[in-house]
Amino acid sequence: MSADASSNGVVPEVAAASAASTSPAPARSAGPPPARALPGGGETRRHTLIAIVLDKPGVLNRVASLMRARNFNIDSLAVSRTDQPDVSRMTITLHGDDVAVEQAAKQLYRLIDVLKVQDVTAESVVAQELALVKIRATDSNRGEILKLVELSKGRVVDLAPESVVVEVTGPEAEIDGFVALVRSYGIKEIVRTGSVVMSRGSNSIEEAVKR
Amino acid sequence: MTMTKGPTAQPPGPSEARPARRSHVPSDGTANARAVEAARRAMLDDTRPRHRTRIGADVVCEALLLQGVDLFFSYPGGVILPLYDVLGDYPQLRHVLVRHEQGGAHAADGFARVTGQVGVCMGTSGPGATNLVTGIGTAMLDSVPMVAITGNVPSALIGKDAFQEIDINGITLPMTKHNYLVRDANDLPRALAEAFHIARSGRPGPVHVDITKDALQQETSAPHPTHEEVVAGLPGFRPNLDANGRQLKLAAAELATAKRPVILAGHGVLHAEAWDELVAFAEKTQTPVAHTLLGIGAISEDHPLSYGFMGMHGWKHVNRAIQSADLLIAIGMRFDDRVTGNVRTYAPYARIVHVDIDPAEIGKNVAVEVPIVGDAKRVLAALLPLVEPVDPATRADYFAELAEWRRDSEGSSWHGSGAWREGVLSADYVIDRIGELSAHEATYVADVGQNQMWLARYAGFRHPNTHVSSGGLGTMGFSVPAAMGAALGRPDRETWAITGDGGFQMTSQELMTLTADKIPVKIALLDNKKLGMIRQWQEIIYAGNYHSAHLPGPDFAKLADAYGIPAFRARTPAEVDDVIKAAQAVDGPALVWFEIAEEQNIFPMMPAGKGLSDLIEKWGGADE
Repeated sequence: MSADASSNGVVPEVAAASAASTSPAPARSAGPPPARALPGGGETRRHTLIAIVLDKPGVLNRVASLMRARNFNIDSLAVSRTDQPDVSRMTITLHGDDVAVEQAAKQLYRLIDVLKVQDVTAESVVAQELALVKIRATDSNRGEILKLVELSKGRVVDLAPESVVVEVTGPEAEIDGFVALVRSYGIKEIVRTGSVVMSRGSNSIEEAVKR
Repeated sequence: MTMTKGPTAQPPGPSEARPARRSHVPSDGTANARAVEAARRAMLDDTRPRHRTRIGADVVCEALLLQGVDLFFSYPGGVILPLYDVLGDYPQLRHVLVRHEQGGAHAADGFARVTGQVGVCMGTSGPGATNLVTGIGTAMLDSVPMVAITGNVPSALIGKDAFQEIDINGITLPMTKHNYLVRDANDLPRALAEAFHIARSGRPGPVHVDITKDALQQETSAPHPTHEEVVAGLPGFRPNLDANGRQLKLAAAELATAKRPVILAGHGVLHAEAWDELVAFAEKTQTPVAHTLLGIGAISEDHPLSYGFMGMHGWKHVNRAIQSADLLIAIGMRFDDRVTGNVRTYAPYARIVHVDIDPAEIGKNVAVEVPIVGDAKRVLAALLPLVEPVDPATRADYFAELAEWRRDSEGSSWHGSGAWREGVLSADYVIDRIGELSAHEATYVADVGQNQMWLARYAGFRHPNTHVSSGGLGTMGFSVPAAMGAALGRPDRETWAITGDGGFQMTSQELMTLTADKIPVKIALLDNKKLGMIRQWQEIIYAGNYHSAHLPGPDFAKLADAYGIPAFRARTPAEVDDVIKAAQAVDGPALVWFEIAEEQNIFPMMPAGKGLSDLIEKWGGADE
């Protein structure tokens, strides 16, 4: 799929080529025609979109409202400032087939405050998430928990008589693993930031933003 | 809606001075009246003198003038009064006082569609703003350039559920191209300049600017930005106008091998003013042109390569041509479900070249082989030298088949069969006569439903921007107010509002605006005493369960008369020409009341969910 909905002509060439291969124009004489392929009928998988947006009031609302109105379901959304003043960066993860997510990216790009949208799903990226987990702890099992935290490269950020708060960072799957590991002790509460993603190497999506 | 002023009331001419303020307090000498009068005088003394400082409301008026706007449609209310307070200082701006904000929004829409300029409507906060919403949505779905301006409560009261406060910014957010909430008069010049730029550039659309009352009243010296400053301030808005050269070559290659190509012309051709380029392209490649509902006028219907109106109620021959095409060249259209029906069975043999200025439209509803993002005019101009001229002789078999299908399909319609000769007043006959008697030179504004389809099929369109119709949102009540704007936008053309009795009753309050502002709209009311399209669906799809399809209406002649509008009535085909001519002879608005057959259906019809090859052409006894 086209990674960059902002390039001139957009021309999702890969998508166009795949569409061409899935719906060859049959000869008219060749019996009953095959059904036309529907866009967005493919296999769904998890996608990660990075959106570079102007830090205007309501921009988060615009993005969220668009995704709702167009029937895209956001898995996670992380927003932060960037090094440029007035520019924010959103990392959006969602499930969908390639064409549907490309459509989501194009719809996002229609928003006036959106400078750039890129699907980095197929790219080599660093994807990290941070979670804070408040685990029930007693005098008898605290040592055991701390050992697990250490082995999981977590960090204890708060110690209390009946609980510990642990900070873990890593790819989503690693955090899932840690949470599963400590669940038996009792999780009092948990908060996760959602993935933040950056491409490996020297490429910069922010530098490419048309300013 | 009381008629206190009567039809003779005139808006103050542009050169007339603002009338002096007059007291509406009865001076009966009572203590109470004296107290009220004293309070009023104190208030008046407190108002700004004529030579006054520049405030936010002035910025709005200046911005309109800078954008070339000299006409807008509005309705006053509490928080937009600061704007009304300065309007008198801008006699170049014509303010049309509508009778409902929805009418103002549709009028701005109609104005924009016939002129290609940005239409402007305004209203106050709360209900004034929500009344605009249907009109803004109509403009959004049809990509009509519009700027809607509303007042809002003072910024200190925002979020406090103040009187007439509603989160209109949140309401219009998903149904505008962009929107603004301005709380500071110093931000107004930029917001308004951006609004107009966004509304008219790229794929056009409505932009809403909500301004707090205190911003309208605030003194400001903020200058209006230049065009360059506006563009530079919108780094996220860079419409792609010129196509990718490689894609153009691919499109030319598709055309070179196609045996049965069809051009699908949409609203984008009109937005881009690409009608000449379209005809040149069609002629050079000898490709027949079908059009969408909003693509009417992209090519004159009497052009030999014009093939007609496609889709759910389009001509059967057009849909057959699409279903048998080996190449579709779609220009400025979006494969709406009313055009494609079931996508799985749509144009099964066709490869598709899709030209659209909005990348998001490409691949949205159908997968396409050659996507081209760009402005229709520029794309067609760039494509023309890349395509080989086609000798019509090489298309002889194709054209012969198309011609035969066309004869077949046009001859089998109610109109072609001449049922009107039996004394039945059929709507298609009425539309045909309006088209003929206006020499196909008028602006024709449809409402929604059967009347809309009759107009699209039978009026015979010759020119771009002479057909106005709510295609995407399908807004009943659109016709009369939109015709109001269309008539003011193109006063050189006669303007016909074609409406049913249902839609007419939704916005008939604007009859008073027609009278008061002397707007010469001719209204053709096709009265079947039914919600005709509802009745048709209930007959065919809901097994004749006619719930709420019968729609009693008033005596429309008396209604028009009450508004000071001459009305004419026809019940038989023989009367049709006379009443049309009588309406045309009226200097000002007129209404023609056609009491048409009550159970006429519009055929062919593609039931929702079915394909273009599954057209219903007749039903029971009430067939064509």
